[in-house]
Amino acid sequence: MTAPVPYTLLIGMLSALVGLLFAGSLLTGPAAIGFTDSLIALVSGQSSDAVVLVMREIRLPRAILGLMIGASLGLTGAALQGYLRNPLAEPALLGISASASLGAVLAIYTGLAAILPLSLPILALLAAIIAVFVVRLLAGSRSDVATLILAGVAVTSFAGAMTALALNLSPNPFAALEIVFWMLGSLADRSMADVWLASPFMLAGWMMIAGLGRALDALTLGEATARSLGIRLDRVQALAVFGTAVSVGAATSVSGAIGFIGLIVPHLMRPLVGARPSRLLLASALAGAAMLLAADIAVRLISPDTDLKIGVLTALVGAPFFLWLIIKTRRSVL
Amino acid sequence: MSRLSLHNVTVRLGHRNVIDNISLDIGAGEFVGLLGPNGAGKSTLLRTIMQELAHEGRIAIDGRPVAGMTAAERALQLAYLPQARNIAWPISVAEVVALGRLPRSRPFASPTPADQTAVAEAMARMDITGLADRPATELSGGETARVLIARLLAQETPIVIADEPAAGLDPSHQITLVETFADLARSGRTVIASLHELPLAARWCRRIILISNGRVVADGIPAEVITGDNLSQTYGIEAMLTSDTRGLIVAPTGLARKKAQAPED
Repeated sequence: MTAPVPYTLLIGMLSALVGLLFAGSLLTGPAAIGFTDSLIALVSGQSSDAVVLVMREIRLPRAILGLMIGASLGLTGAALQGYLRNPLAEPALLGISASASLGAVLAIYTGLAAILPLSLPILALLAAIIAVFVVRLLAGSRSDVATLILAGVAVTSFAGAMTALALNLSPNPFAALEIVFWMLGSLADRSMADVWLASPFMLAGWMMIAGLGRALDALTLGEATARSLGIRLDRVQALAVFGTAVSVGAATSVSGAIGFIGLIVPHLMRPLVGARPSRLLLASALAGAAMLLAADIAVRLISPDTDLKIGVLTALVGAPFFLWLIIKTRRSVL
Repeated sequence: MSRLSLHNVTVRLGHRNVIDNISLDIGAGEFVGLLGPNGAGKSTLLRTIMQELAHEGRIAIDGRPVAGMTAAERALQLAYLPQARNIAWPISVAEVVALGRLPRSRPFASPTPADQTAVAEAMARMDITGLADRPATELSGGETARVLIARLLAQETPIVIADEPAAGLDPSHQITLVETFADLARSGRTVIASLHELPLAARWCRRIILISNGRVVADGIPAEVITGDNLSQTYGIEAMLTSDTRGLIVAPTGLARKKAQAPED
């Protein structure tokens, strides 16, 4: 497939879109703050204290997290689909999201999160990292793709069961409700502390995945051919899996599980980059950022009064959309 | 010195030796046809040379152990066409062929003139120039095979290893393939291809290695290896064998009749 749009033009357009949506996210919220006021407050801090506070402590971290988490989901989705050569692969497949959720749930369940708010993302991140070690251990040293997926499924089920157990045994209905709400995924009320905690891990994950383009291209022809082209698959697997774990683990630890972006974005971008896995990485990262920023603006516009969870919206819009994509691809193949 | 040498190579699968103590010396400029019935160990032997399987014994290129080379160094010596012909994504045919240049390119660098020439030549050789912009996942089986062979050629390595490259090709493209391999050998490169197409092997390979049950049964020029006895013993077939000025002609005629076994002493 040859790309319908030149690659550099596509990347330029996606970057511009991300920039626009980032600005849009900064300008969206219940507090009515004018365009110029908000920019002045954000950049120079010369406005009323309340406006500066809203911009710098509420909207800025929300927009930054939307951008970074969306980019992490899009990038890791593209990397995993390329590595596993499976269009159904997504970051949640390796058990990372489920384990991060379990870590967060444990923090809420034990009451630790109430005493020390940062314990929640820290426990979530730790759980994600432990999970990926367990998955790699279960998958064994032969780095076989099928075993890796099965190990991911096993870890996902186990983390899901433990989360259910925590809900089952939860000390009071409020804790249970808090757990459920957290698991729905949201970017509301996150602070700069969350940004400082999660962003180094997300950046580290991006760096691990960024260099995989050539290997993913070679893997288009299967593992044996990729190895014969000089690709070290053990290294590729380690980078793809750990890169996903730290970036998505960090993302989930601050936002909860946000589904479908990691699955859908690579599908959307694939025809636009001529299906080449190396080109899909950057395009999917940008498109993922754009999609999550847009979704986060949408939840604030659709229901300004109730806190509509972003994970609910992405699944609600994502699932039918994915169905449509499947039907469309089937038609083009038949 | 031989280009590729195998010394007492054994591959075990459980308690069975799927490759049983094979030693070979293959020189520069040889086009070797690897023959043998299904399950004889042809693919296993080729995969072992590619370091895909754990094995005992020594495999060396120009005297240097292959096991001691890095993956990148190996990719400049050995090009490999596995039997499985999967293309995961609908990238263009030209992009598939260009993957053969990956071992020589730097990350994020654009193709050099040498890369472009190698890709264009390989595509012309396999008669796929007209398919260059087509999605590689939307081709017929034979076209896919030719695209992957072009990818193999574009790697331009001293040694080419191909596992059943002729499978699925129509007769004219089968002949194109073996003539291409013969040309590579004439230019000093080494080609080892497993083949089930006895007539092709007999006529175009300079050397035939016949294996059965993981062992080398016969090794030599086609007329020495492709004999009535060898064919009936390994494949269980009978064939008409003649020759003309250009080489051996084999035409399988039927399954071998089971002969009463001579008593062993």
